[in-house]
This record gives sequence, C-alpha cells and structure tokens, in this order.
Amino acid sequence: MFRILLITSLLSLSACASVQPWEKDLLAKPSMALVADENEIFLDEHIYFSKEASTGGQGVGGGGCGCN
Amino acid sequence: MQLKNTQYAEVNTQTNKTDNDNKLSIKSKLTMATCALLQASAPAAQAETGEWDIDTAFLYYSEDARISVFEPVISAEKEIDDDEFVKFKLVYDALTGSTPYGAAPSSVEQTITNPSGNSTYSVAPGELPLNSSFRDTRVAFSGDWTIPLDRLKRITVGANLSTEYDFNSIGASANYAQDSSDRNQTYSVGLGISSDTWDPVGGKNTEFAYMIDPDGSTPQPKGGTDTKSNFDVMFGLTQVINRSTIMQFNLGHSTSSGYLTDPYRYISIIGTDGLPLSGVDLVNAGGADAFPYVYEKRPDSRARNTFFWRTAHHFTEDVVNVSYRYFTDDWGIDSHTLDFRYRFELGGGHYLQPHLRYYTQSEADFYTNSLTVAEANNVEFASADYRLRELVTTTLGLKYGVGIGKNSEFTVRAELMNQTYTVTDPNLDANNLELAPDLDAVIVQFGYNFFW
Repeated sequence: MFRILLITSLLSLSACASVQPWEKDLLAKPSMALVADENEIFLDEHIYFSKEASTGGQGVGGGGCGCN
Repeated sequence: MQLKNTQYAEVNTQTNKTDNDNKLSIKSKLTMATCALLQASAPAAQAETGEWDIDTAFLYYSEDARISVFEPVISAEKEIDDDEFVKFKLVYDALTGSTPYGAAPSSVEQTITNPSGNSTYSVAPGELPLNSSFRDTRVAFSGDWTIPLDRLKRITVGANLSTEYDFNSIGASANYAQDSSDRNQTYSVGLGISSDTWDPVGGKNTEFAYMIDPDGSTPQPKGGTDTKSNFDVMFGLTQVINRSTIMQFNLGHSTSSGYLTDPYRYISIIGTDGLPLSGVDLVNAGGADAFPYVYEKRPDSRARNTFFWRTAHHFTEDVVNVSYRYFTDDWGIDSHTLDFRYRFELGGGHYLQPHLRYYTQSEADFYTNSLTVAEANNVEFASADYRLRELVTTTLGLKYGVGIGKNSEFTVRAELMNQTYTVTDPNLDANNLELAPDLDAVIVQFGYNFFW
C-alpha cells in the first residue's frame, strides 16, 4: 500500500510547472494555507484521537491525552 | 509545531486580493513577490513584527446521551525578529458524561463496579453498559520557537505538557525545514518525543484480574502508577504544483512502548449459556466476590506508519482543501481518512465552508467483544475498547466566517458526527442483542482571530 501511494505521489509531482515568485499571489492568500485554521484542525485531531485508533500524519509533537 | 511546519513552501504575502489580480501593475506584483520572498512563516493574516497574532476557539462537543466536552483554546504567535517566531498555546478540556468501558450488553441485568472501586451501578437488560461517573479536566500548554538559519532554512523547537487528574504528559519536538532556491518546494524532517504517566484512581487494575464487588471482603488487585514513551519521526515535502495549486506529502513513523493498556477498561466474561458468567462457574474463575468482567491487557509496544497527502487549489474565487491519510500499525489496524473542505467566497469577507470527513478502520488483532473463561485464561492480549473495533466515522459540517475590520476574523462551525461499528461475537450472537449501537455527536466551534 505504501509503495502504491509513493509511486502515485511521484507521478503527481511530475506534473509540476515552474512557478515564478510574481505568480504566487493566489498561493499567498491566507485561505490557500494548507492549514488555514490551525485551531480547527487541532480540535478535530483531538476529537478523532479520542474516538478512533489512528493518529498522526500531519506533524510531530503535540500534547498527550489520557483519552486514548 | 504540530501543524505549522507543513505550510512553508506556499510563500505567504499578507495581501488581500480579488479577482482583479490580473489587472495589478508590474510594480504591485513585484511588491507582492518581494513580500512573499521575505515572509517565511504562515500566520493566517497580516501580523506585523512586534504584534501578537491571537487565535482563540471554543469547542462544544456533545454525544447523544454520552460524553460532553467544553474545550477553549488560545494561541498566540509573534515575530520577535526577522523570520523568528515564538508561539504559545493553552488548552483547557472539561469532560462529563457516560462512556462505555468495555462491558457487553446482556439479556439480563448487570451490576458493575465503578472505576473508583467503591460503588456499583446497574445496567438494564439489552442496554449498552455505560459508566456514568466519567468526569475529567485537562490543561495543556505548548511553546514553539522558530529560528531562521539562513534565507531558506529554519528550525523549530517545541515543548508541550499536559496534565489531568490521572494522566500527565511531557514532550519535546524539533523540526528542520528547507526551501528550494525557487521556493517551490520545502523539505522537512521532524522529531518528537514524549513521556506519559498514568496515575489511575485507586491504582491501575491488574491485567486479566476479575472485577471485584466492592461490597465483598476481597480486595481488588491493583498496581500503582505506570508510564509509556512515544517517539515520532516525520519527513515532509510541500510542492507548488502551479500558480493555483499546492500539494503536501508526509511520511511518518511512530513508536510507543511501556504501559499501553487502558487502566480502567474491562471485558465481559460469558458463560456457556450466553449470559454473563455467574454462580459456581464465576466463583471458580474469579473468586467469591468476582463480577463477570476481567480488566484488559494490550501489548507493551506499538509501531505506527502514516502516509499523508493534502492539496489546496484556488478556483476563480473559491478554495478547495482535500486530504487523505493512510495509517497502518502492528496492532492490525489499517485506516483511511478522507477530508474535504470547500470554501465558497460570498463576497465582502464572508465565506461558507462545507466539510466532509470519512474515516474507516479495521479492528485490532486483539479486539474482542467478550471472552469465555477459557479464552480469558489463554489469550495473551485482549481489549473490548470500542475504538479498536472495525468502524466507520462520517462527519458532515458547515462553517461560516467573516472578516471584522482589517485584521480580525470570526468563525462558527456546526457539524454532525456518526460512528458505526461492525461487531460479531460468537458468545452472544444467539441472544439477538444490539451489541454496538451507533454513536452520534454534535460539534460546535466558535473562533476569533485578532492582532494585539
């Protein structure tokens, strides 16, 4: 499964165009941040950490919790 | 630093733009590009050096007839020097309500000892047993410091601690990120360690020991405190795909070791008649004061791997943000998580954002809904924790946001969560019981962001 995901990822990157600094106006908008609302993602991660067996994927660190 | 280190490649200017972008002068575009090159971090809006970017949220989470959670969060970030940031976050949790601790429904009334070990509660026939004395508060604090090494490289170090009545955690993390010279890629590697300590009410329950009736004369076998440690490593790549699309990939590996059992959870012991063990069979198995439940036991190590992909794409006005996570561990759990957010720009700083999340997982190798006496004597590990079942979680929500003045934003979201389980139990299947009723929950969150 990991191998399939990695190959698919590399293929998707091959489609990249070279984007110049002056073409990054859209990418620079706050709404285009990969995490546009950190607290929302933080709270979602806490909810699902306590209700599901999976965790992680988005970063390292963060506080522990006795809820799981 | 949990989320921030994922955002760098998308050089951030702090300009508000409209669909007039294409009409901007060359000078304006160069100004924006210069800002983009100088700005390495990704605060949600335009804090200036010396200003605190304050982000507050209040979460209300409520399950149908079970747990309720109130959780305020405040975070504050400040650029203390060029590209050098400090960030602090304070979280408070208050939980109350009822939650299942592992006992299976039965066609007869059940009597179960509370986690404190001092009293009992009764469960009606056919009902899913819920422990109603669940109550906890938690305070968590974290701090991050981002230090630029040069124009393209930076390191973020962080520390966090959290405390609740019976559980404490302390951790540290470090993340190194480097942009390509054209800033269309960011490579990162992060490390995290943490140490957790359980100090359960009355001591941790002995694994596979029978639950004892507190009105009897036999003491419940108990241990003291126990610990576990966690280690995380993550490799990340953020890639600008084209002028309106950015993509992120993370590969993560985590290990936990030590006491990974839940000190309060237990498993029903079922007799040959399909009912909770009773009479002489129960006395023979657990002693004169035993109730027909044994405390769970999990392996003392766990290794997890994650693959995470996220893409944000800008349409003419709207933005779509979609992510997928594949998770697998050596407890036999595989999961897939799909998350989709679409931001409809309504104009005038207003937006609506529908959210869909779909999650599915397989059950842990040692998950069981109940045990027979023989099984309890022979299995190495067992848990009836509903979160280790085969399950599906579906969440559907809507968020509304509006900019207030130049530098602040108010948001509110409401979501409905449903969790369904697939449980089979050869010990109980003949009883025609509803073994695993759905879990429904409401999520409401208010957010306010401003500069100070």
